[in-house]
Amino acid sequence: MKPGWEAVIGLETHVELNTKSKMFCSCPADIPDEPNTACCPVCLALPGALPVPNEKAIEGIVKIGLALNCEINQSSLFYRKNYFYPDLPKNYQISQYTFPVCEHGSVPVDVGDESVTVGITRVHMEEDTGKSTHVGEGGGRIHDADHTLLDFNRAGVPLVEIVTEPDIRSPEEARAYGAELQRIVLALGVSDAKLETGSMRFDANVSVRRIGDETLGTRSETKNVNSLRSLQRAVAYEIERQIQVLESGGSIHQETRHWNEDSGETTSMRTKEESEDYRYFQDPDLLPLDVSPEWRNAIASTIPELPAVQRARYVASGVDAKTAELLADTAALSSLFEEAVEAGAPGRAVGIWLTGDVVGHVRRDDGDLDAISLTAAHLVELASMVDGGKLSSSAAKEVLLAAVEGEGSPSEIAAARDLIQVSDSGAIEAAVDAVLAENQDAVEKIMAGDAKPIGFLMGQVMREMGGKADPNVVRELLHAKTNP
Amino acid sequence: MTDLADLTIAEAGHGLRKGDFTSVDLLDAVDRRAAVTEAHLHAFLTMDHDGARAAAEAADAALAAGNDLGPLHGIPVALKDNMCTIGVDTTASSQILAGWKPPYDATVTARLKDAGAVIVGKTNLDEFAMGSSTENSAFGTTRNPWNTDTVPGGSSGGSAAAVAVGSAFGAFGSDTGGSIRQPAALTGTVGVKPTYGLVSRYGLIAFASSLDQIGPFARTVDDAAVLLEAVAGWDRRDATSINGPVPDLRGGLEEGVAGLRVGIVTELSGDGIDPQVLAATKGIADKLSDAGAEVIEVSVPASEFALSAYYLIAPAECSANLARFDGVRYGHRTTVEGTTEDMMSHSRAEGFGPEVIRRILLGTYALSAGYYDAFYGQAQKVRTLVRNDFAAAYERADVLISPTSPTTAFKVGERAADPIAMYYSDVCTVASNLSGDPAMSVPIGLDSGGLPIGFQVMAPALGEEMMFRVAAEVERLAGFEDRASLATSDVVVPS
Ligand SMILES: [Zn+2]
Repeated sequence: MKPGWEAVIGLETHVELNTKSKMFCSCPADIPDEPNTACCPVCLALPGALPVPNEKAIEGIVKIGLALNCEINQSSLFYRKNYFYPDLPKNYQISQYTFPVCEHGSVPVDVGDESVTVGITRVHMEEDTGKSTHVGEGGGRIHDADHTLLDFNRAGVPLVEIVTEPDIRSPEEARAYGAELQRIVLALGVSDAKLETGSMRFDANVSVRRIGDETLGTRSETKNVNSLRSLQRAVAYEIERQIQVLESGGSIHQETRHWNEDSGETTSMRTKEESEDYRYFQDPDLLPLDVSPEWRNAIASTIPELPAVQRARYVASGVDAKTAELLADTAALSSLFEEAVEAGAPGRAVGIWLTGDVVGHVRRDDGDLDAISLTAAHLVELASMVDGGKLSSSAAKEVLLAAVEGEGSPSEIAAARDLIQVSDSGAIEAAVDAVLAENQDAVEKIMAGDAKPIGFLMGQVMREMGGKADPNVVRELLHAKTNP
Repeated sequence: MTDLADLTIAEAGHGLRKGDFTSVDLLDAVDRRAAVTEAHLHAFLTMDHDGARAAAEAADAALAAGNDLGPLHGIPVALKDNMCTIGVDTTASSQILAGWKPPYDATVTARLKDAGAVIVGKTNLDEFAMGSSTENSAFGTTRNPWNTDTVPGGSSGGSAAAVAVGSAFGAFGSDTGGSIRQPAALTGTVGVKPTYGLVSRYGLIAFASSLDQIGPFARTVDDAAVLLEAVAGWDRRDATSINGPVPDLRGGLEEGVAGLRVGIVTELSGDGIDPQVLAATKGIADKLSDAGAEVIEVSVPASEFALSAYYLIAPAECSANLARFDGVRYGHRTTVEGTTEDMMSHSRAEGFGPEVIRRILLGTYALSAGYYDAFYGQAQKVRTLVRNDFAAAYERADVLISPTSPTTAFKVGERAADPIAMYYSDVCTVASNLSGDPAMSVPIGLDSGGLPIGFQVMAPALGEEMMFRVAAEVERLAGFEDRASLATSDVVVPS
């Protein structure tokens, strides 16, 4: 960021819940491809149809709220948010306004080596809209479309909106918050949280001000951000754009902007002045939503270990923060890691093997981490072979990758590939004695204080042993026997 | 011999089980009645002849096979045309829904079918139930069988007229501010608005969701009890329906009023009420006292503001409820070319009638930023006051009484040009919708012009058993057994 300037960023995140049925009817929430096949009188807003809240969705939002350290309102209210749009069947969206299900939370986020806390203003429940497809000359833009096709399969899918305080200060923090939120939602199992399919979507509110200014600058809201990387890029673009506008004497309009992935720019969609008055009022079709302390506690008891706690546990078992994050973010690796460490393998070595060697190997071949043959038992055995001096560190990596490919257990692979080191000091000592006997001149030099020939003697012993002696044992013996 | 169409539901049920006649005979009787009266009344928008015949035949077969579905088995009834009936036109009397056939049954429809009732057709109403005269229908005005120059009241005027004239043994309407009770009063029928939540609203085309409630029209209090019991009770499809036992409405009908505290509502018994209506109401109050009730005056101060609050809350809710009629998924779609927005706004402008548009505009305004607090917010506060005042009144009285309508039936066209005068028709009825409490109208006599007068009995929430007990006594004390001349004069209709 340009010196002298500060960015103030708040994020609104929509998360589609993966409940069996929709928010207010019994249609499947798992959207079929064939348009308009998961619809009923309620989600099509036929005359006379009424909404009935889905309890599982309420459990989902309470889980999210609890994981984000929110207060859960015992009684919360549904509102109607009124606006006309063809893919909104009732022409109002059932949402929340005052008294959302969850309020006043916070989430710690790691950015590089620092940790920042992002405040959560509210987490509220609403329903998704249908999908419009604009067909015609205009390349998908509504104004140039020849006609519009509507698919109401998504209409009424439960949607949770998570709104942060304007606590975020950089594109990196925005991305880190987005990533942490995605991890939490995935860990809770309440959504597949896929940015690319839109089951998780970010809107970024960005403003800038000169450092030292007390008042907030005018903000823009950027939509259509569909990856963590583009979240970071879009926020960075907006910050730079706004600084440039202000420095050249212009002013920022409060407006909605559209992130364009290809051009790497945001463009204006509409200004807020023209936008609608949503005329929120409490939905008379729905009673206040009660989350009793008993229900809240029952839901709380189902919340699994959260990613931050998981990472801290990994760090405690010997890996660094970055490795812990990589392990925790990949279910296939974290389960191998946890099982191996549980069985006594050293965390540090196993962490490096998994996140470095295994990931590198599988990615190189475009493979699938979930499909590898490596087991936790393999890791335990491999670690103990290294520890016992039976494998050199380079041989261990060779064995590891062979195990990934399904060639068998580490001991089988090491034997088959003839990689076992001799660390039996009796055999090694005989070879050392033989080499020393043949190289008396080198021995004398060493005993006179010149350490250089040690390397030569090491090489001779290793050759004698066919390369399979534990170098540490050899070195120790040579030192002992040439010590004056 | 009595025409079968003039039997009560209880009498018809008795005859069916004795084998004196069949359900098909009952259907033929009401069909004959409709055939001679409909040209003058226009109570129905749709007669489902085929569906009704099949249902009557099925009812007869079931009864013959010993499968008795209860007191509505084989009884022809009508539904206001804002309740969904699978495959049968359901229009809410609006051009915007002309020809729309629902793919599903309202819960009330389904429960009536399960109870063996024969649904004869769909009755006229003010468009989307917005009105008090059934003149606001896109498909023509319904007339009052007592005098076809007058209105039957509204918005459920079609159901009221059909029951009054004998084209159905009973009917269902919806009551948002008096839309069952006021037409019942104007047509000499019994009309009931149950406690909010007692009858499922699923499949009722919403006007104002927090006020709408479905209830029956009948010729007697006992028939009304039979009809209401058949449809009452929790429905998982309506989140506002009450999960509790269905009241036993018929059990207490003979118990009388001795020892009960009956409160005359001061605010609804003076200015603005027609003197003949007031006199008739006081006359029944005196008789209740003679019958052993303790009749007292009870004030419900906030009821004076109820009408104003009602005409903000109902339009506000309707402005959102009617947003779904946009020409996109069903109903009228404009032929005007343009953007999607143009399509939606033209479809709505063409499809809705003037009163509906007036209320959508009022409601949109009342909810707008900058006006919400002064209008909608303030009206909600009045609503709370009305609830509190009623609760206080029911500390002193077991039931409250008042006239149902400030006047008897008025002339067609008389109030059509003056919305405020029309809105005043609901002055005695709206408070119960705001409070959510039950209320019903019982006919007690005729005015000097030969038009029926209705008497309102109100009770606290879920106090239907007490309300029906008092209503039954009112019915006995009034001894009102007159019938609309149109029903008995073999169609000699003046005008
Ligand atoms: Zn549905």
